Amino acid sequence: MSNSSSDVIVVGAGVVGAACAYYAARAGLAVTVVDRGPVAGGTTGAGEGNLLVSDKEPGPELELALLSTRLWSDLADELPARIEYEAKGGLVVASDASGLAALRKLAAAQAGAGVTAEEVPADRLRDLEPHLAPGLGGGFRYPQDAQVQPALAAAHLLRASGARVRTGEEVTAVLTGANGRVRGVRTAAGELRAPFVVNAAGTWGGEVARLAGGHLPVLPRRGFVLVTEPLPRVVRHKVYAADYVADVASGSAALQTSAVVEGTPAGPVLIGASRERVGFDRALSAEVLRRLAAQATALFPVLAGVRVLRTYAGFRPYLPDHLPAIGPDPRVPGLLHACGHEGAGIGLAPATGLAVARQMTGGQPPLDLGPFSPGRFAPAD
Amino acid sequence: MARTPADLVRADPDPPFEITFDGRTVTALPGQSVAAALWAAGILAWRTTRHGGRPRGAFCGIGQCYDCLATVNGEPNRRACLVPARPGDAITTQEGHGRAGLAV
Repeated sequence: MSNSSSDVIVVGAGVVGAACAYYAARAGLAVTVVDRGPVAGGTTGAGEGNLLVSDKEPGPELELALLSTRLWSDLADELPARIEYEAKGGLVVASDASGLAALRKLAAAQAGAGVTAEEVPADRLRDLEPHLAPGLGGGFRYPQDAQVQPALAAAHLLRASGARVRTGEEVTAVLTGANGRVRGVRTAAGELRAPFVVNAAGTWGGEVARLAGGHLPVLPRRGFVLVTEPLPRVVRHKVYAADYVADVASGSAALQTSAVVEGTPAGPVLIGASRERVGFDRALSAEVLRRLAAQATALFPVLAGVRVLRTYAGFRPYLPDHLPAIGPDPRVPGLLHACGHEGAGIGLAPATGLAVARQMTGGQPPLDLGPFSPGRFAPAD
Repeated sequence: MARTPADLVRADPDPPFEITFDGRTVTALPGQSVAAALWAAGILAWRTTRHGGRPRGAFCGIGQCYDCLATVNGEPNRRACLVPARPGDAITTQEGHGRAGLAV
C-alpha cells in the first residue's frame, strides 16, 4: 500500500477522534484517521451536542469541561457556522424549594472552580423561558453552557484537521514491534504504519484496547433522544431538570430519565436524556420514550401539542468511575486512549484532543491528566 | 368533455358541502380528501417552504411525501391528501412550519 505511513493513527472518526486529529495536526504531526463506519457514525452521531459545565461537580471532569468550553469557543470562530455552535447558556430548573437549595449548593461549589452561575428566582424563570410550566421552584442559569450539532461539528473539525480519513475500514489488529511498541494497525485494506495509535473508538474503545493487548473497561449506557417537528425558537436555553445532575453521576444500571430540552437552529426541539445499562441492545423502548415525553411536557406544556417526528438512540461510553481515559496505555508504548467520556464526549472532545496531542509531542499537558490516566484500570498482576 | 374520476366510476355522491380555504368558500364532496377538494377548485398550493417561502401542494397524494401539509382548523402539519374534508373545515395556507405563534 502506498502512502500508508504517518505520525499518528487515530482509530475513530467521531468528535473525539476528530479533535485528536485536529490538535495533533496543528502540532505538526501527519495524521491518519480510520473508522470502520462513517464519520460520526457511532457514539458521536447518537449524541445531543451538549457542551455543559453546569452538570458537573467540582473535580477533574469539570476542569476538562471548562478547558473544552474555551476551546469550543475558539473552534467556533474557525469552523463553519454549519456546526451550529450556540453559546446559548444552560438553565437548570428545580421543581421545588429543596431542589433549588441543592442547586444553590452545587453552584456555590462550582463557582470556586470558575463556573459562572446565576440564581433565577421562581417568578423570573419565565422571563428567560416563556413556555416553562408555572409553579417551578426556580433555577440557575449557566452562561458557559453551549451546544453544537455533533455530527457536523465532528465532520468539520475532521476536515479542518487536514488528516487523511479512511472510513469504512475496520481496524483488525494493532501492530507492535519486538520491543512491544506500537508500529501501526492492520485493517481489511492492509497495514497502516505510525509510531502512535490513538484509541478514540468511543463506546467500542474497550475492544480497540483489547486488540492492542491493553485493558479498558468501557461499557455502553443506552440513551434515547426525541426529535420534534421543526418549530420556531420555543426553547432558548439548554433547559434541564435538576435530577439530571444526579443521573449523570449515578452508577445505577436501572433506567433513569430526566428532561433535557433544547431547540436547534434547524428547527426541531431535542428531548433527552435517558440512561440505562442494557448492553448493546438497540431495541426501541416505548417506556423510555413515554417517560422522556412526559417529563419534557411537564417542563414545557407547549410541547404536548407538538409532534415527535423520530427518535434516535445510542450508547454513551462509560468507565466505572465516570471519568474518561485520556493518555498512554500503561502496557503498550505508543498506544494512547481517548475514550470513555460517557454522555459528555462532544463537550469534552477539544480538551481531550489537545491533551493527547501534547502527550505525543512531549508538550506541557493543558491540565492535570492524572485522574484520567488509563493506568487506573490496569489489572493488578 | 372532461371526465372526472367520479364520472368514470358513475359515482352518486351525497350532496356537496362547503369548506373554506384562506376564507374563500370551496365546495367538497363527501369522501373527498382536503387535497382533492382544493384541486377540484383549482387550488394547487397551500403551504410555503420554511426556507425560501416556495409554494407547495399535493405531490405524491398517498401520504408518503409530506409535501401537502396544510393547517386544518388551526392545526398545522396535516397531510391534506389523507385528511377527509368535513363540512365547515377551515383550511389555511401553512407558512413554513406553521408554528410561528409559538416563537419566543
